[in-house]
Order: sequence, then C-alpha cells, then structure tokens
Amino acid sequence: MFRRIESGPDEGQHAFTFDNRSIPFRAGDTVAAALLLAGVRTARRSPVSGAGRAPYCMIGVCYDCLVDIEGEGVRQACLAYARDGQKVTTAANGAGRS
Amino acid sequence: MNMVYDAVIVGAGPAGMSAATLLSQHGANVVVVDEQPGPGGQIYRNLEAVAAREGLLWKTLGPDYARGKELLALFRDSGAQYLSSTRMWHVGIDGEVFVSSTGRSFRIKGRAVVLATGAMERPVPVPGWTLSGTMTVGALQVILKSSGAVPDGRVVLAGSGPLIWLVAHQLLDFGVDVMAIVESTSARNAAAALRHWPRAMSSPEGRAALAKGLRLMAEVRRRGVSVYSGASDLKIEGADHVIGLTFRSLGRFRRLSATLVALHEGIVPMQHPARVAGLVHQWNGVHAYFQPEVDEYGEASPGGIFVVGDGASILGAKAAEHSGRLAGLRILERLRMIDAATFVELSSHEFKARALHTGWRKFIDALYAPPDCIGCPGDDIMVCRCEEVLAGEIRAIASAGCVGPNQTKAFLRSGMGPCQGRICGTVISRLVAETHNREMDDIGHFRIRPPIKPVSLGELSSIETQMLEYPAE
Repeated sequence: MFRRIESGPDEGQHAFTFDNRSIPFRAGDTVAAALLLAGVRTARRSPVSGAGRAPYCMIGVCYDCLVDIEGEGVRQACLAYARDGQKVTTAANGAGRS
Repeated sequence: MNMVYDAVIVGAGPAGMSAATLLSQHGANVVVVDEQPGPGGQIYRNLEAVAAREGLLWKTLGPDYARGKELLALFRDSGAQYLSSTRMWHVGIDGEVFVSSTGRSFRIKGRAVVLATGAMERPVPVPGWTLSGTMTVGALQVILKSSGAVPDGRVVLAGSGPLIWLVAHQLLDFGVDVMAIVESTSARNAAAALRHWPRAMSSPEGRAALAKGLRLMAEVRRRGVSVYSGASDLKIEGADHVIGLTFRSLGRFRRLSATLVALHEGIVPMQHPARVAGLVHQWNGVHAYFQPEVDEYGEASPGGIFVVGDGASILGAKAAEHSGRLAGLRILERLRMIDAATFVELSSHEFKARALHTGWRKFIDALYAPPDCIGCPGDDIMVCRCEEVLAGEIRAIASAGCVGPNQTKAFLRSGMGPCQGRICGTVISRLVAETHNREMDDIGHFRIRPPIKPVSLGELSSIETQMLEYPAE
C-alpha cells in the first residue's frame, strides 16, 4: 500500500506487533503509518456494522485508526509514535474512550 | 510550584510558534503545548528531522517547506517552554488549560490562552469514503513528511483545491503512479473567480502563488496525469477496500480502477478547541465553515482567549505568522511589557504584512469554493462515520421536528462516536438548516464538551494532585 522513498539508517531495527503480527518501523513513524507501510488494510472494525476501517485523516480528527496499545488503552494510531516491542491490537469494540 | 504563565499557547504551527517567539523575546513567560512530537504544525511537520538528513525528501519538499526552518530555529532559541506530544483536552475558565501527556493529566494556567490549533480538511461525504484505501490528500502529505513514504499503487486524487496539485506533483517526483485528478471545481467557480484575478495579480505575493499554481498544474498534466474536469457524482467502489471509482465529467460517465483514492475539498478551521473554550462561532458562507468570533488581534470576547492562524480562518501559513505575532503584541500590551507607542507601531507593521498574504486569496477562495453536494450530500450517503448515520436519516429526523444538531444525537447517536462530531458536525448542521430553511447561525453546531481528547477516568480523578506540576522537557 505504501513504500519508502529512500532507505533509512535504522531500517529493519525496530518492530512492534499488531494482533501478533510483527510490524517493522523506523524512528519517527506513527503506529498508523507503520501499519499502512506493512500493508495492514484494516485497523479496526466499525462497532455499528463491523465494516473494516483504516487510517483516513492522519491528523487525529477522524478516529478511524483507533487501536489498543498495551499499557495505554485505546489510542489514535496516527498520533501514537511506534515503540520497540509494544503490543498493539485491534480495538476491542472500536470505541473511543479507554 | 504554583505558577501562572503569561501565556499558554496550544499548537506549534506557524501561528503558535510566532506568538511564542515574540512573547518570549519580550520577556514573557510562555508555555507551548503541542500534540506533535516536534514543532512545525502540519505544514512544517517533522521539519527538523527531514532538514537534518538533507535527503531526497528535503530536496523535493522545496522552498515552501524549507521556509519553516528559520521559524523553528527562532522558536527553539526563544526560551519558550515547549511540551511535545501533549494533548489539550479542555480550556476552562480563568485561563485554565487541561492537558494530557504520557497517561497523566495536568492543569496549567495562563494570563492569556492562545489557541493555534490549525485546520483540518473539509470532510467529503461520498459513497465509499469509509473504505480502507480512501484517505485524504493531506493524509498522504503527512505520511510523506513524517515517514518518508508514498502510496504504492494506482492513486487517484479527487476534489478541488491547490493542495491536490501540490501533492500530485510531489507524488510524481517520487515515481508514484498518479493515474488521474478528478476535479470537482465547477466552470461557474472559474467565472466567479475571474473577477478577483486583477487584484490577485496586482500583488507580488499573489503573482508568485498563482504562478506556482499554474506551473504545478501544467507539469502534472505534462507528466501524463489524466485530468477530469467538472466532475460530479463521485462514488468510490470496493467491498472491503478500494478497487476503483466512478464519476461524471463533462456529461460523460467514467469508471477508473484505483487502489487508493485521496479526497480533498479545501481546509476548514478545527473547531473543537475554540468550541470547548466556549467561544462564539459564526458561519462563513463564502468558505462554508464555522469560525470563532475574534477581533483583528485574534482575541475573543470577553477577552483573554485568542485564536490565531488557520484555526480562526483559513488564510495560510504566512499570514498565520503575523496573526500569531499580533496576538502576542496584544498580550504584551495588556501585561504592560511593551508601551502603547511600541504596541501601535509593531502591530501596524504586522497588519500591513499580513494583508499582503490575504488580499489575493479571494481569487482562489472563489475558484475553489466547495460544491454544494459536499455540504449537503444525498440521502443514502453516510455522514457520521463513527455511528454510521446517513444523510437521509438526519433529514427525516429534522422533518419530524428536530430543530437542532444536538437533538439529532438522541435519535440517531450522530456525533456521539469517538470523533465527537469533528467529521460530521458541520454537515449535520447544514442538513438540519436546509430541511428547515434556516440560517446556519440559527441552527448552530453540536455542543462540544470536554474532554476533547481521549482521557482515562484514572487521569481525570488525579488531576488535582498533579496540579501545576509538569516535568521539564
């Protein structure tokens, strides 16, 4: 879905997990950007219809990138910066408040 | 430490940075809280890191992005306290600002509060806008600036506005397969805009901006991007993710295959920060957005709270620098940190400088006035993405006697999802207003209540004990 325009100095050095799948990232990536770069098509499911949703605005407005970050709760993936080894999962019911 | 800042500034884009820099240079005690990990706002996002690497990205983003480097350096040197990755979730009475960082909430207090919280892209409710693979044009630029990444597939940009051409050009520079631009700008807009052409061309700033725009448009076409003009009836297709789109252009039905559709219909002030602060808003019919009621220094009545930059009205990054400084000057004058003569002299300079960047904009404002279908979508189109409420449902409830956006919540849960009406608020107001044939200012907008950012109950219950203590950066 997305690709890097140039290689980075820390290529292949960092990863977190999303629903147990390893997601590589570079310093400065948000969780949302890393998911898009890893080809993850569905960040969460709409609690109303169950339809898949993915990052849309990337500036913290739409809340369609909500994910569950271990130790932090439900967070906007576009505002959360990826950290090594963190466990990210699909938000349980897609709801906003932790 | 029971400290009261001279000013608490929210947001570190051009307006927030300029206000903070000026205030600090004059000895005011300033704190800037910023949602982002580094200063720059969306326009100069991630600039310090990109500039330090001096790679392909820095070269391609060009002089308009590089312009931010000096602004950031001045801000960093100014001595203003900068709190990154810190979310403002409420502006209370008497200059209290509530923020959250690393799972803790703090209350900070300022003699003045400056909201420099910027803009968002105007929501574009069309069929398929919730599909994975539909994003905004601005989102693509965010990913480019902060992660140095571009879409890897067939991309179509749809809508109108200068940003579409700029981003198309940038994506082409990185070898992205930009298949088409589906332009919603109507011929009627072009005719209306023509009236403002002489004035736009009479200022150097206007000439430079328009020349840049025309050059981008010509280059994008020359590099093989199909441009479909006067497009309407846009539908994005796909079951779980985008596979293509259909639309009408110049009387013909078109279908394109695509893996990513990026929508854009201009930008509008981010309303939630000013609304949670209780500021009065008014409808701007030309730009089709709500904006906070502020004076020429950005100050709202009864005073003490300022809104500057694109969060007040969309005038662009360069004007935002002057607006930020004008708010700063007013605050300095109130605190008697500058005398009356200096205040008058410096403000008059800023007003003149700001006018250079605003006068010519009437041309692009008229050219890119949003089409009515964006503000008033068809019955079968989902307007509230969070609660999946259709435009037709809002119209039905309004016809049944529901006279305000807040009332629609009780029936449909519209605006009650996690985004708190950021995406659907204005559209729902318009649907209600049009159903009742009333003015937007009569109908108003959802009432916005704190917290405007997700905050845990644990955080809320421990604010008192953490009051006014904030770890140094």
